[in-house]
Amino acid sequence: MDQTGERAADVLVADDRIAEVGTGLRGDRELDAGGCIVAPGLVDLHVHLREPGMEDAETIETGARAAALGGFTAIVAMPNTTPAQDDPAVVSAVLAAGSRSSCDVQAAGTITKARAGGELAPMGELHALGVRIFTDDGSCVDSAGVMRAALEYAASLPGAVVAQHAEDDSLAGGGHMHEGDWSSRLGIPGRPAAAEDTIVARDCILAATTGSRLHFLHLSTAGAIELVRAAKARGLPITAEAAPHHFTLTDAACASFDPIFKVNPPLRTDADVAAVKAGLADGTIDAIATDHAPHRTEAKERPFEEAPPGMLGLETALALTLGELVEPGVMSLGDALARLSWGPAAIAGLADHGGPVHAGSIANLCVFDPGVRWVVEADALASRASNTPYAGQTLRGRTRHTVLRGTPVVVDGSPVR
Amino acid sequence: MKHLLSIDDLGRDGIVELCDLAEAFLEVTRRDIPKVPALRGKTVATVFYEDSTRTRLSFETAAKRLSADTMSFTASSSSVQKGESLRDTAQTIEALGVDAMVVRHRAAGAPHRVAGWVDAAVVNGGDGRHEHPTQALLDTFTLRRHRGPDLDGAHVAIVGDIRHSRVARSTTKALAALGAKVTLIGPPTMLPESLDGWPAATSCDLDAVLPEVDVVYLLRIQHERQDAMLFPSLREYTTRFGLTVERAARLGTDVLVMHAGPMNRGVEIAPEIAEAPRSVITEQVANGVAIRMAVLYELLGSGAPVA
Repeated sequence: MDQTGERAADVLVADDRIAEVGTGLRGDRELDAGGCIVAPGLVDLHVHLREPGMEDAETIETGARAAALGGFTAIVAMPNTTPAQDDPAVVSAVLAAGSRSSCDVQAAGTITKARAGGELAPMGELHALGVRIFTDDGSCVDSAGVMRAALEYAASLPGAVVAQHAEDDSLAGGGHMHEGDWSSRLGIPGRPAAAEDTIVARDCILAATTGSRLHFLHLSTAGAIELVRAAKARGLPITAEAAPHHFTLTDAACASFDPIFKVNPPLRTDADVAAVKAGLADGTIDAIATDHAPHRTEAKERPFEEAPPGMLGLETALALTLGELVEPGVMSLGDALARLSWGPAAIAGLADHGGPVHAGSIANLCVFDPGVRWVVEADALASRASNTPYAGQTLRGRTRHTVLRGTPVVVDGSPVR
Repeated sequence: MKHLLSIDDLGRDGIVELCDLAEAFLEVTRRDIPKVPALRGKTVATVFYEDSTRTRLSFETAAKRLSADTMSFTASSSSVQKGESLRDTAQTIEALGVDAMVVRHRAAGAPHRVAGWVDAAVVNGGDGRHEHPTQALLDTFTLRRHRGPDLDGAHVAIVGDIRHSRVARSTTKALAALGAKVTLIGPPTMLPESLDGWPAATSCDLDAVLPEVDVVYLLRIQHERQDAMLFPSLREYTTRFGLTVERAARLGTDVLVMHAGPMNRGVEIAPEIAEAPRSVITEQVANGVAIRMAVLYELLGSGAPVA
């Protein structure tokens, strides 16, 4: 199944490319795809690989392996490493490690030096190394002036897109969960929806005045999604992503005081979850991106207000998409794959990814069984960390094989690289 | 009852039971030798990650009057400074042979997390902005001693920074469970973001509510809140929301004044009012020992009648 439709067929791979799609094909080595969907490899625009700087939580190698097991053949490594990916040397090191890993790793670059929100990072130098997505993710670019300058400057770099973590720090700073009924009950300082909505509104206006490409990371509020819908209707060059936890979980989960449910932007209300699903269904949100954010167990054993935000996502995203969006009829399987594969591939300019599955394409493939049930075991995940909020849950749908540039990297659900 | 983490753990019957038990312990604290052997051989640890004098002293006094041994842990003097996690600290203290831990922490939910990691009984001694259940119990106990066991119809105004107050969260629930009507009063920046889970009404007009109330409960105003843009100045706060001598003069003679302490005299409460006969503030402190004896006895005691 790909953007051209679906058919029952064998896929023949030779070297790094698809040689033929048809019936009755044979090869030297055959991977059984019976009962499975063969799709273009999934693409994740938003992954924290933690290398350099926090290798006890994740490395490029372990994160890429988790990605391959999740069906991803390309991931974008967020630049909030230590040191940050604001410098050609750091980006080069990430790309080099990525080239030896289980999936393609595109490094994102920062918008500002050290993600401090002030001076622009050397966007041109980073672009020359292959950086296409520029973001200070983890922090919002709070200054409208800096954001405008970044948008203007990026317009001169082909394929570049400025990606905003839309949460105004003057509203959300010091908060640890969605501000609302639950934060009021629990006495946990809140991060209001208005923090996201106001930045999205402001940045839509800046995108209109500059004409530059703008991408919104992890949209989580009904208000922000409506703003993006309206901006797209006006023809602005805006794209957006949403994370699986924002269409599967709500702030009620924080009543456990378990920081496994702490994430930025925070888990929100039932109405916001419904809005994320509707935004994904009608294409307002172009991509499902995991915001995979590994943390050491010890870090998540701190009290809620003192634990770092973030949760794992790479190995559960496909199943959650199938279970929460496709199975209940929110969207078709084809649209779900658009959000997981060729949609994000287009945003990141990853021409070798996102299909179509036909002769001549680079053989980046995800073969998944949509019906198989499995239990999420936090300690069994390939990620070095185990901070998944879905531990113990039975999910449906799992990757059987992942093929990266013609080479199987996951076979029968096990990593081989 | 295994732990006391939230007023929600108790319900009306649980609150009444602890208040009745505290009545017996209050009698004990007034004896020449204010001590009973009820918890001999038990050990109670106070585990405080946040500065507190009165709550710690109150719990330790309560434990000692029940003949329990006490030990005391403070974050500033411990391995927390060396980076030990909450879980490791809690399990280390338990390994010393502790039957109950009173946990105070600057972060909401920390006692809940500790309760999941240890076998000892855990008492929430105040967690962030979340709850302070023993304060709520001593407030309820104090009011019952003045108004009789039933609080139905009593109108309590809680005045101050409600949004950031663990006392307000717990005390509102406890008083409402016994039938009191609670009105939360303060500037909008200090009222809850949402009233979901708060069995109370709100008002921003203290003078409009005062003629109707039976009890005025004042919360400490923290000076640093000015910086958080919750109010323009202490002077303006006092003008609008302070229990000044002039305001107090308009109160009925039987209206009680309560405060969770420590007081900012001249800010939320005039010094003269703190000392007035209608003030039950020092009584709250004395009752705190009795109610904490009741809580510890309920958690660790044999269930036999109090000697």
